Amino acid sequence: MAHTSHEPEVVVLPPDKAKIKKLWTVAAILGAITLVEFIVAFTVPHGFFKTSVFVIMTIVKAGYIVGEFMHLKYEAKVLFWSVLIPIIFIVWMLIAFLYEGFQLSDINFI
Amino acid sequence: MAHAHATTASDQNVWNGGVAPLGASYGKLMMWFFLLSDAFTFSGLLITYGLVRSSHAASDGLAGFDVTKWPVPEKVFEAVPFLHGVPAPLVFVGIMTFILIMSSVTMVLAVEAGHRMDQKAVEKWMLWTILGGLTFLGCQAWEWTHFIVGTDTPTIVKDFVNGQWITKEVFGANLHINQYGPQDFADFFFFITGFHGFHVFSGVLLNFLIYYNTVTGVYNRRGHYEMVEKVGLYWHFVDLVWVFVFTFFYLV
Repeated sequence: MAHTSHEPEVVVLPPDKAKIKKLWTVAAILGAITLVEFIVAFTVPHGFFKTSVFVIMTIVKAGYIVGEFMHLKYEAKVLFWSVLIPIIFIVWMLIAFLYEGFQLSDINFI
Repeated sequence: MAHAHATTASDQNVWNGGVAPLGASYGKLMMWFFLLSDAFTFSGLLITYGLVRSSHAASDGLAGFDVTKWPVPEKVFEAVPFLHGVPAPLVFVGIMTFILIMSSVTMVLAVEAGHRMDQKAVEKWMLWTILGGLTFLGCQAWEWTHFIVGTDTPTIVKDFVNGQWITKEVFGANLHINQYGPQDFADFFFFITGFHGFHVFSGVLLNFLIYYNTVTGVYNRRGHYEMVEKVGLYWHFVDLVWVFVFTFFYLV
């Protein structure tokens, strides 16, 4: 009985050099942004500006992870938007809760 | 290719599953919607952290820990293994971030290898991904231990016991007492990083299952490596959540 009879013939394709290079580029960008965040954490005084820089950098990183690593950028547009649009509820939640938090802070400390 | 089955059966009726408008298989679509719901859960946790933090007075980070003031994270997380007593703010969390980003890269390389039906390469990259996940969990165990055990010098805390105020020395934090700041700070630390750590833990288990199935040739016989892609989505999501936890818990 042939030993290989159960195993299907599998054709292994060569590595896609361009694609792999792009993945490593994305990794380098993510690493670089983290490094910049690290530097900003110790050179910029605490305040609105620093927080904004962190938020923007985090969103850029999230964009690269979801767009490139999770491949969402290249999926069908319907899928892309049906994942992205519900995030609007998170944005609303963030605004509402932080507003509430600062109001509570006023009640507690002023 | 993984999507081949989505475009076959073009002779079928539109309403009988003949077309895939989202261009993705059922399993992959459900993974996306699960991750979306999980994003809501994590947002709930992080936003509540923001609410509670902004309703507390903030410490200026100069005069040591004060249990009535929300601490500056870089004053709390400044320890690195083997460097006892050397303040290195956020260095260890930075290392953990790099580890998780790297394991995300090895995961996406495993997915790429799966597209080419390259079993050996999938095995190699899955092993690296599992190693990255386990290293991250090890780092987190160390960080939790340090957080629970506390610093060399205690924080003096006033406590109401049996009808009278007493002062006591507090080392470290748990769910009852916290030397670094308000009790909520410790509770959020354990809940948010713990919930994320549990995701990493389940991710490592899933990655191991994928590795096992790859080694035993399950995906070769199936003719595609889409399971690697689906679990890969979950693993990248875990990395994504850490990016947000890193910013909003440790940096800001």
